[in-house]
Formats: sequence, C-alpha cells, structure tokens
Amino acid sequence: MSVSAQAGAAPVRRFAGRSKRVLPGFGLSLGISLFFVSLVLLLPLTGLVVETSGMTWDQFVFTITDPRVIESYKVTLWTALAASLFNGLFGLLLAWVLVRYEFPGKRLIDAVVDLPFALPTAVAGITLATLFAQNGWYGQVLAKAGIEVAFTPLGIVVAMAFTSIPFVVRTVQPVLEELSPADEEAAVSLGASDSRVFRKVIFPSLWPALVTGIALSFTRSLGEFGAIIFIAGNTPYVSEVTSLMIFVRLQEYDYAAASAIASMVLLVSLVLLFAINLWQGRYLRRLEGR
Amino acid sequence: MSAEQHRVGDQPWVRRSLIGLAVSLTVILLVIPVVVIFTEALSAGWSTFSDNILDEYSLHAIGLTLLVALLTVPLNLVFGTALAWAVTRFRFPGRKLLITLIDIPFAVSPVVAGLLYLLLYGRNGWLGGWLSSHDVQLMFAWPGIVMVTVFVTCPFVARELIPLMQQQGSEEEEAGVVLGASGWRIFSKITLPNIKWALIYGVVLTNARAVGEFGAVSVVSGNVRGQTNTLPLHVELLYQDYNVAGAFAAASLLAAIAILTLIAKAIVEWRQSRIEHPAPKTGGA
Amino acid sequence: MSITIDRIKKSFGKFQALNDVSLDIPEGKLTALLGPSGSGKTTLLRIIAGLESSDSGRVLFGGDDVSNLHVRDRNIGFVFQHYALFKHLTVAQNIAFGLESLPRRSRPSKQEINERVAKLLEMIQLPQLADRYPAQLSGGQKQRVALARALATKPRILLLDEPFGALDAKVRKDLRRWLRALHDEFHFTSIFVTHDQEEALELSDQVVVMSQGQVEQVNSPTGLYARPESRFVFDFLGHVNVLSGVVKGQSLVQGNARVALPGVVNNQEAQLYLRPHEVQLAKAPVAHARLPLRIEAISLIGSEVRIELAPEGWESNEIWEVGMSHGEFACHNPTRGELWYAIPAVGHLFAGDSAQPETVDWHSTAHASAANM
Repeated sequence: MSVSAQAGAAPVRRFAGRSKRVLPGFGLSLGISLFFVSLVLLLPLTGLVVETSGMTWDQFVFTITDPRVIESYKVTLWTALAASLFNGLFGLLLAWVLVRYEFPGKRLIDAVVDLPFALPTAVAGITLATLFAQNGWYGQVLAKAGIEVAFTPLGIVVAMAFTSIPFVVRTVQPVLEELSPADEEAAVSLGASDSRVFRKVIFPSLWPALVTGIALSFTRSLGEFGAIIFIAGNTPYVSEVTSLMIFVRLQEYDYAAASAIASMVLLVSLVLLFAINLWQGRYLRRLEGR
Repeated sequence: MSAEQHRVGDQPWVRRSLIGLAVSLTVILLVIPVVVIFTEALSAGWSTFSDNILDEYSLHAIGLTLLVALLTVPLNLVFGTALAWAVTRFRFPGRKLLITLIDIPFAVSPVVAGLLYLLLYGRNGWLGGWLSSHDVQLMFAWPGIVMVTVFVTCPFVARELIPLMQQQGSEEEEAGVVLGASGWRIFSKITLPNIKWALIYGVVLTNARAVGEFGAVSVVSGNVRGQTNTLPLHVELLYQDYNVAGAFAAASLLAAIAILTLIAKAIVEWRQSRIEHPAPKTGGA
Repeated sequence: MSITIDRIKKSFGKFQALNDVSLDIPEGKLTALLGPSGSGKTTLLRIIAGLESSDSGRVLFGGDDVSNLHVRDRNIGFVFQHYALFKHLTVAQNIAFGLESLPRRSRPSKQEINERVAKLLEMIQLPQLADRYPAQLSGGQKQRVALARALATKPRILLLDEPFGALDAKVRKDLRRWLRALHDEFHFTSIFVTHDQEEALELSDQVVVMSQGQVEQVNSPTGLYARPESRFVFDFLGHVNVLSGVVKGQSLVQGNARVALPGVVNNQEAQLYLRPHEVQLAKAPVAHARLPLRIEAISLIGSEVRIELAPEGWESNEIWEVGMSHGEFACHNPTRGELWYAIPAVGHLFAGDSAQPETVDWHSTAHASAANM
C-alpha cells in the first residue's frame, strides 16, 4: 500500500496556501483576544475622546490648570515618588533576605509579601486609617515623637507604600536568585571587600530589575484611590490626590472637567506603561545576549 | 572574616541585623494590619460581629459581590487563556502590542477606569444614550459593576499564563500534532495539565480583585444601599457612618478571602516546584 | 518510502535558512543531515516533517507531493531534540498517545493498544518503567521512550532532531548502536540531524553535509571522508593539514616548504589539504616533498599515537597533526622538540579559484623512500 492510497481514502486537511500554522486554534484564540481587547479595553477610550473633544482648548487648559488640581498633581507626584523610593529600599531588603538567608518564618514572610495585592484597597484604607489615627496603635507612638500621619500627606505616602510593596520584591527576587555565586566568590577571592563586591558585582546585575520594580510601584501609586481616601483627610490644596479630584468633579456632575483631568492621568500612565515595557524588553535582551 | 565566608553579607552580624530589620518591618507593615482587621471586627464581641454580617444590607452586598465574581471570573478565564495561547504559540504582526495592551488595566487608575465606562455607557455617552432610549440601563446598576470589574481584572489570568507558556515552549504540542491529535485533544491532554496550576492561581487572583475592587466600582455604582452596594462599598458606607465595628466586620470577610488567596498561591508554587524538581526514582540509562 | 526535496527555499526575516535545496533520500536508508549550527539542517528536517512551511519548493514522499499536507496527515515519526515527552502522562500513556489519537474508525481497541505499548516497551527494553513519569527517567531512557512513541503508529518515515545531543558520551554510544540495530531490523526511511561528524559517519548510510542553507556534498560516510568535494567539507570532517602557497616550477612553495606537483599551472595560489593518515614522518626530506616540522605535543591515548607539529621556516594557520601506530612510535621514538619531515602519500589540491579539489597521488613513486626512513 502506498501513502497516496491512504491519503486519498482518509479525509485530508490541506493548507490554504503557504501561510499555514502547525498548531491549532490560531483564528479562534486571536479572534477572542482581539474582540475582547477591542470591546473591553479600547472601546471605552472613545467615551473619553468624545467628552473632551466637546471642550474648547481654553476650557480644557483652564480645567487641568485649576490651582486646586495643580496642587493635587504635586501632592500625588511627590507622595508617589516617596512611596516608591521607600519600596525600592524595603523591597530590596526583603528580596535579599528571602533569597540569601534561611530563618524560621521565612515562608510566612514570603507569602505575606503579596498581601497588598490580595487585600481590597478599601480594607487596607480603613485599617491604615485606624492604626495611624491619633488613638490608634501606631498613631499614639508617633504622636509622642510629634509625627502626624493620619489626615496629612504623610498618610498618603503610607497608603501608597502599603499597596505597592510587592512590586519591587517580586521583580528583584528572581534576578537575585539567578546571580551566580561564582562571580561573588571570584571577587571575594581577589580580596574585594563586601561593599565593593556589592557595588561592583551584584548591583550592576540588579539595578535594571530594581528600576523596573520602582517604576511599577510608582505607576500603581499614581493611580491609587481606595486606600488613600480613608487616611488622607482629603483637605483641598493639602492632601487631595488627583484620582480623588476626578471623583470630586464627577460628584459635582462636571463630567467634562473629570474627563479633562482623567485624560492627563491616563496619558501619564500609558506613557509610563509603554516606557516600562520598552525598558524591560531592552535590558532583558541585553541580559540574555540577544 | 572567617575562612568559610564566600558570599556577600554572610557574616553573622550582617545576616542577623538584615533579617531582624526585614522581619520587623514586615510585621509592622503587613502582619499587624491584618491582625487589626480582625480585632476591630470582634471588638464589640461575637454577637455584634454576627449581627453586622447577617444584617440585611450586608447580606445583599455579599450576594452582589458573589454575583460580580461569578460573572467576571469565567469571562476572564476564557479571554486570558485564549490570549496566552495566541501570543505564546504563534508569531503575528502586532503581537507585542497586544501583550502591552492587556497591561492597561494595571497602569490605569481605577477611578479613570470607572470614568471611561461611565462616559461611554452613561446616559450622556454616545452608546449609553442609544441604550437608554431602548430602556437599557448599565451604569448605576449591577451590569455596570460587572463591566468595570471585568476591565480591572482582565490581565490576571493572561499575566500568569504567558510567562509559563513561553518558558514551556510548544515542543510538546508539536509532538501532539505529529502524533495526529486533534486541537481539542492537544489542549486538554497536553497543554491544560501543564498550565493547570498557573490557571488556578490566575483565577484566584481574578476572584480576589473582583471581590475587592473599590475605585472603579464606586464610580459606576451609585452606592444605593441594598441595590448596587458591593462589599467594599459597604465597608466604606459603614465607616463613613462611624460604624467602625460594622465596617471591620465586613472588611474581615474580604481579608479572609485575601488570606485564602495567599494560601492558594503558596500551594500552587509548591506544586509547581514539585513538578519541576521531582525526586528521581532511578538513575542511569 | 523515498523522500524527494525539490528546490526548497526558506527564510526567516532577512536570514536565508535554506537556499534552493534539492535532495533525494533513498528508501529504507539512514541518512544524516550534518552541518554546523545555522546551516539549515534542522529547518530542513522540520520542513520535511511539516512542522515548518517552505517559502517555495516541494517535498515528495514516494513520488507524492506532500507540501500542502498537514503534519498530522503525513504519517511520520518525529523525535524531538529535547524529547518533548508529555510531562503529565506516564511512559505507557506517552507511547499510546498516537494510537489513541487515531480517528475512531481506524483506532485499535483498548486491548490492542495495550498490547502494542507492551511490545514497544519490550523493544526499548524498559517494560518495568511503564508507569513512571518522564521526570523520573534518565536522559537515555527518555530518548528511548520518545523513539517508541514515534514508532507506535508505524510511520514509514522516522525523523530525528539531534537525537543524541543532550546525552553524555557513554550513553550516546550505546544508544547509537541500538538505533542502528533498530533501523536495520525495521527498515524505515530515517533522517537524523546532527552537528557531530563522528556520529554522522558512524551511524548513517548516507551523509548530507550542509552549510549556510545549502547542500555541500552527499555521499556515503567512506566516500565523503575519502573524497571531500569542497574546502568546507574538508575543514568540517576531521582534522586536515594545510599547506598554502604559490605554484613555482612544478612545486607548491611557501617559505622553507615545498611539495612537487607535476602538471600544475605555474604562478597561481594553491592549497594542499592532507589528512593526518595521508602523511608520514621521516628524519629527512624526500624528492617530492620537503615539509620541516617541529614536534609540539604527543598524545598516546587511543588506538593510535597522535603527534602535533608546528611548521619550521614556513607558516600554517593551524597546527599539523600526524597519526602513527604504537608500533611505529616505539620503533622511531620521536620526542618533543625534534625536527621531522612530513611525507605526503596522497593529497588534495585546491588550485587558484577552483572550488573542487584535485587528488594528487605520490604514493606509487614516493612510498618506498618514505618508508625507508
């Protein structure tokens, strides 16, 4: 029996032209993906475009440069920066300890790191507000030192820091695990001090991941809302974040103003998103030598 | 320095102080807050706690929250799996863009997400106007809550699957094709067992976020007690009413889900590491 | 079933992986696709399998064009480089997978499948491992399971991608012998890809040498080693000693070195390629060759003594290598640092721009004097 006879008898799939795919399901999976992305992610953007295009340029500029809004940008930016820098340090410390050392309770700590992603932000918000209130566990202690956290911008920093703790830990941890002990041993055997080995051998392979983690943490902090509003006090010109400004405008039924501010926030977050993706792509390529 | 020290930070005093610092900060920032949720919830005693939970509005909020999760999770499960299959098993133009696009919900503030939906589907939106002339109201009603929740949670399943499927490669599936298996047989017998745990974890994460979403939902919900109030919104309402014990009682339910999520993650990671590094039973050829 | 490759072209972006490749693979023979990485050998194998599509050209199985036939319908066995065993299925389930995937009409009964699997496990000598999972097997065992899985549906064509690449040397040798025996017993048409020349020469009936997306030469292992047709094949297959210089007065000359080349056009550049076994060592030059070399290293391990020499008074890109028997070595006792003369018996000359070598044989005339050292 020849294969032609067999092929003739059996129902045979033939490719349409040359552009064939060996694995099944290309059309189906891409179809679902594109439909979903268009409907859920892209279509809603049109609403924003329609709303803001109804404004004149002067109106738009006036809305987004309102002094109260400008103050909210400033507060949001510096608190997000402070929170993500704190997480840079804390995240690096946690990642280091979790990768390098063995100690009782390590697995528990490792698991708890992800809590801020799992815990609803409103829950985090009321919990932090309670802890840092003047009669709260932490608030009492800090009050003695003359530090006020609740209902101040410092409260915003605490809330932002809490909700974005996992980013730095989870980006730095795998890189730290991949570091070869041989490089360090070589450096130590050449007589380099610990701090020198850290600066010259470890940190150079670590910092791209650290920067990525901090950037992710910063992006998340810029948009954070639920955890902040309970602890910030939301005093105009002092402790109002931009997300809240959008919310306030919405409650005043000023959809146009809310859209104008939201378009600024959206622009910044999309730019950050694409920048982080590009940056990750670039340094990953370099590390893998491709 | 002892002769055995080969790696940076191995000296006992460095190790002890770094571990001490990390553990105390973790306890202060992460562990104590969880403890506080439960002590506050129970501060007025068990009976108040159960009264708070079994309150009519609380029960309604729990029901609505479950409904939202029940509708959101399957949708995003199908989408996430389809997207991961498309971008890891095929090369096509726009593939990288698609991978970036699904991260949008991670980058966008939840308030902005809610606003986007409000502008489109609200009474004044171009689609919402048409819908309301046909007596369909999506915003300030439960469908709107489901819609923004789908938006906010859509990256989770895909994000869990893509790196894993990329790393596993498609050789096993190719072997299946060579052996004559149909598309469904390849997916169910070869791919699914390989991605099972990541898929479960993706679902758990989607569920946790769907249950707990606050910012986006509060924009589109209208916060009508007993109608469009989800559990996180209910927490806020009670808190604003100075019913702290009530707020924390509701919050403790959400915190319990969060803790279950963390446990699920630990189990999944443990299973995954057992698959990758199993105890060998035999050596030699 | 014979396989015909007809003018296949394939590029990935700007990279031309296969450039107009045509080839005949005879029925029932074991053919090796040999080449360095990037030569297109794996791409060609995947195109034959149907796992990759060509930009143009045809693939024929036994005279039938299968270019547009899906891999599922080509009825081939394929062994992947990293085995691609299904991690979540046992050894027995892996082997049964292809049979269970057959359309209901042609699928054997459960009982028949179990018997086939048992027979295949017997054949790969691993019946005791039927219920193990792939992660619990050694590399060699995985390889054999992968082979049994590929053979379960009785394909007429077996394709193997770097079948021994991931194994250590000892296991590799055993498996090679075993695969050869299996092939001789079942006589399917097999093609395997390798970058290891020793593997290709030892295992196959026919070797296809590939380089930069093209077929360099096709021949039997012995033919290929004895009569390489290009510089690439020479360099790629085993060690070769090269004298490159200019032809003057019927001799190839460079510095101190000189080899007689009767009948070659004067005043052109030329390279003379000599295999280690085509050269002998002598204490003094002979009439047809003067190739002074100093001994750099002597390796006694193996069936033959390998001597490495550096040119003295002339130049060569690579070190020269000459082999001699342990008997000869004991007799002449060459030592490191001594000056010796290489005496070629047969050589291969690339004169001017010619891509093909011309064989030069001094054997008949020079043998007597070379042996007389």
